[in-house]
Amino acid sequence: MKKTIALLLALAMFCCLFAGCGGQGGNTIKIGVYEPQSGDNGAGGKQEILGMQYANSLTPTVEIGGKTYNVELVYADNESSTDKAVSAATTLVSAGCSVVLGSYGSSVSIAASDTFAAAGIPAIGVTCTNPQVTEGNDHYFRICFLDPFQGTVLANFAYEKLGASTVYCLGQLGNDYDQGLINYFKEAAEALGMTVITAEFPENNSDFTSYLTTAKNEGADVIFAPCSTSYAQLIVEQTAAQGLNIPLLAGDTWDSNVILNAAQGKDSQIYVSTFYAEGGDPDFEAGIKEWIKGDATNLANNGGDDMVAAVTVMGYDAYYTALEALKAAGSTKPADVKAALPGVTYTGVSGAIAFNEIGDAERDTAYIKMANTETGAWDFVAVQGVN
Amino acid sequence: MGKTLQNRQENKLRYLPAIIALSVLYIVLLLLDNVLPANTFTLMLIPVLRKGAIYSLVCVSMNLLNGFTGLFSLGQAGFMLIGAYVYAIFSIPADQHAAVYQYFEGGAIQFSIPEMLGNVLGTNAGNFLGAIICIIIAGAVAAVFAALIGIPVLRLKSDYLAIATLGFAEILRAVFQWNGLGAITNGSNLLRKYTTFTDMNLQLGSITIKLHSLFPFLIAMLSILFIVLLINSTYGRAFKAIRDDEVAAEAMGINLFRHKMYAFIVSSFFAGVGGALLAMFQTTIQAAAFKTAMTYEILLMVVIGGIGSVSGSCIAAFLYIACSEWWLRFLDSGSFLGITVPFFRDGFRKVVFSVIIMVIVLFFSRGIMGDKELSFRGLISKLQKKSKKKEEADNG
Amino acid sequence: MSAFLEANLPYILAGISVGGQYALIAIGYTMVYGILRLINFAHGDVFMVAGLVMVYTTASLPIYISIPIVLVATVILGLLIERVAYKPLRTAPRMSVMISAIGVSYLLQNCALYFTGGLPQIYPEIPFLSESITILGATTKWVTVITPFLTIILVVLLVLLINHTKIGMAMRAVSKDFETSQLMGIRINSVISVTFAIGCFLAAVGSLLYFSNYTSVIPTSGAMPGLKAFVAAVFGGIGSIPGAVIGAFIIGICENIIKGIGWTTFSDAFTFVLLIVILLVKPTGIFGEKTTDKV
Repeated sequence: MKKTIALLLALAMFCCLFAGCGGQGGNTIKIGVYEPQSGDNGAGGKQEILGMQYANSLTPTVEIGGKTYNVELVYADNESSTDKAVSAATTLVSAGCSVVLGSYGSSVSIAASDTFAAAGIPAIGVTCTNPQVTEGNDHYFRICFLDPFQGTVLANFAYEKLGASTVYCLGQLGNDYDQGLINYFKEAAEALGMTVITAEFPENNSDFTSYLTTAKNEGADVIFAPCSTSYAQLIVEQTAAQGLNIPLLAGDTWDSNVILNAAQGKDSQIYVSTFYAEGGDPDFEAGIKEWIKGDATNLANNGGDDMVAAVTVMGYDAYYTALEALKAAGSTKPADVKAALPGVTYTGVSGAIAFNEIGDAERDTAYIKMANTETGAWDFVAVQGVN
Repeated sequence: MGKTLQNRQENKLRYLPAIIALSVLYIVLLLLDNVLPANTFTLMLIPVLRKGAIYSLVCVSMNLLNGFTGLFSLGQAGFMLIGAYVYAIFSIPADQHAAVYQYFEGGAIQFSIPEMLGNVLGTNAGNFLGAIICIIIAGAVAAVFAALIGIPVLRLKSDYLAIATLGFAEILRAVFQWNGLGAITNGSNLLRKYTTFTDMNLQLGSITIKLHSLFPFLIAMLSILFIVLLINSTYGRAFKAIRDDEVAAEAMGINLFRHKMYAFIVSSFFAGVGGALLAMFQTTIQAAAFKTAMTYEILLMVVIGGIGSVSGSCIAAFLYIACSEWWLRFLDSGSFLGITVPFFRDGFRKVVFSVIIMVIVLFFSRGIMGDKELSFRGLISKLQKKSKKKEEADNG
Repeated sequence: MSAFLEANLPYILAGISVGGQYALIAIGYTMVYGILRLINFAHGDVFMVAGLVMVYTTASLPIYISIPIVLVATVILGLLIERVAYKPLRTAPRMSVMISAIGVSYLLQNCALYFTGGLPQIYPEIPFLSESITILGATTKWVTVITPFLTIILVVLLVLLINHTKIGMAMRAVSKDFETSQLMGIRINSVISVTFAIGCFLAAVGSLLYFSNYTSVIPTSGAMPGLKAFVAAVFGGIGSIPGAVIGAFIIGICENIIKGIGWTTFSDAFTFVLLIVILLVKPTGIFGEKTTDKV
């Protein structure tokens, strides 16, 4: 009996060896999607993928050098963890991707960077905001704004519009996104003469009451909590349950329907800085909403409703930027795409994209939105820049 | 007299097949690094082999504690964390400090051992020697921590020891992520730009031979060899005696605490070395990745291989890494050999994988090797026995 | 004074509430350990699964039907785990059983990951429990206030059960001496099943309270509460039910005080420091009985 099971197991393993070797169509070009689909950033990663999938459903082919290719999206889940980054990136490399999109979360992007570099595959960062992603390399590009910019924007907003003098910053321990953004925020805020108190919560923490109490006791005017949505939801919930009337401020991660659902019907003030404001392109929004509602999986991946997250918009723009790069390269070879990318310009739903010498898109505006707790939608507040 | 001589000769011959097999492996690795073209197969094979080698070492080091000394320790991830960080901190080139420690004004440590050696010996030799020195320092720091932690913890009994070491690993992770030490550890942020496997090149005149995959194998093999020698020494016999019966071992004059301490320190040293190699493999390192789940994963590998078998641990490490990162990935992709299967979606790989692990734990609790070792002689004699049995059966 | 109270009461309230939830999980650990000498690493994940079951049942059923379903389903899951993963290993070395427990924990987390698709699941609002209340100027949820009382009631009932019923007597006997009680005609397997059932029932109640307070369930939700509950069980003296409860309250309150005084980086680490200190100073915990190892 045992021997049979052991034999079957061994046989199954052996079969698996060959499972990966699928056939490859002649006129197919592969775009790698390097995104977290589980872990802390799973929800955000899935929303970002939705944008790419929608774009792919609209434009499934691309003409390169006079020949029409079918675009195939190849997925690799980095599990929001840097130790899974190398093998996830290698899967994309070995699948023969011409260009890679992603990731949500900067640390996983940085961790995979060397793997892509070694294979000579260019990557387009969609919403990874850490400066280190594109710094000092020639293969990583990015279409969104950066943390130093976002941190300053948020500090300015807190100072000018919310009239804050004391800010309580709350970030996840061990998460470089939270800590990085808080760092830039703190620099800018202290330059403006605000008092900044920082605190960290450990991974898998779910009790934020003590943090919120401290914020209240310290007399914070604003709580700045740029963490991932899984924690954000708990923070929103518990701020409301404790009856704290302190505005919550956060970065791009919070621009998600998860936050809106948590805040709906509660007495909370939530401001986020983000890449895109609703109503920027009504046709696009109508189209993608229709598409999301049309498929149960998409709806589930979008968190159960048809709110369009900014990361989805960015994913959409990233896909078209990649297509532009492929067209400009005139070949499917990663090296050619990499050479063509610095010169690529594209005007997407989220604005104009053109890369500077580091590989970052020039973005000088961020949208500030506020959660409307009655309608459960985002209200546009201001376009904030760095003065 | 004559008999011992014969024995000695036999002993020499005994290792011959193993040496030949290893040499073949190393030649294949050299070919993979230098000659063979990159294709779908080799692109996946190379990282799996490298990571497999690293995990073999980590598994063997855990096995030394859990399998050979009977100490159920769950602190492996913590010691790997120390190793990885120490390695990275001492090998980040000086001019990269400002970029890496971007929030901590370039950090407190402003030198890089590989770079310093490189200035004297040339870049390739400097990288090679520097990496080895950093790896040794990484192991040594992990060992020092182990000695400190061991004093209180090793007095505890089985499950308490497990939970206390697990607790220490979590404390270490919090300390490494603390912004107060940020100038050294970079807080919650990644460490990167340090010397990695792709810097391991051998310069012979004008020819550069790449050692990218050979390097982890070399370090892992030397370390495992050391552990094997230790296990076969008087210390190793003392460890096994402690595992089998503490009271009896003590009655035989074995100093329990001291021997447990030796095992703990040696195991942690090599966990640190493993962590350093893992840092080289990943090219970036972040404390957040060294969770309890990592220790559990290593423990499961040890169990699959067989508690108390070095070769079992190695086989299991390679199998585990290959399955989880390569062979079973199709389960996530939604189709199998071109057929779309509805329940093959993201995460299914892990479900299948954990079911397989449960089956092994429940029905094959001895794992692949039990407490035996893989040897060519054993294989041959087994085959002979089988054929003999068959003959007998045929005759009878 | 009142200002001080108003400022610091929320920490204590949160501590007591968290402590109550840890207590309900810790009882499961301590009872199983008392009888099988096994750290049931999967217990925290059973707690997480109870949360997920609630999320999925309330999607189609009203709350008053879902709650009993959650309780029953969790108990069945616990019994199933015991039957499949622990019972075959009863004669195996302790390390094997513990590894099996780790394997089950890994399996449950991965299954949860597969079914949720890695997305955090929003826990449904339970009427009354999820509403806010103001005590002495500190606003909190009703569940925070109810948790300690409910915990104490359940623990008193449990202690009565253990001290005054036949099955309770059997449980005490088994935890004293496994082999001898077997010889005395106690049906070990049914005693173990009852232990697991009680532990899982309390974990399910704990999950109701916990997730009403912290309303999202992710596959790793159970890991940290599970570990901390175990620490609480050790702290109070493993095998002792009042010990586990008091240990849980102490850990819950200390943890929140640590956060209150600003050492937020080390709030988790502190729990483990406490564990190591207690193991060194008094390995049997505050209420544990002194045992001597026989050769």
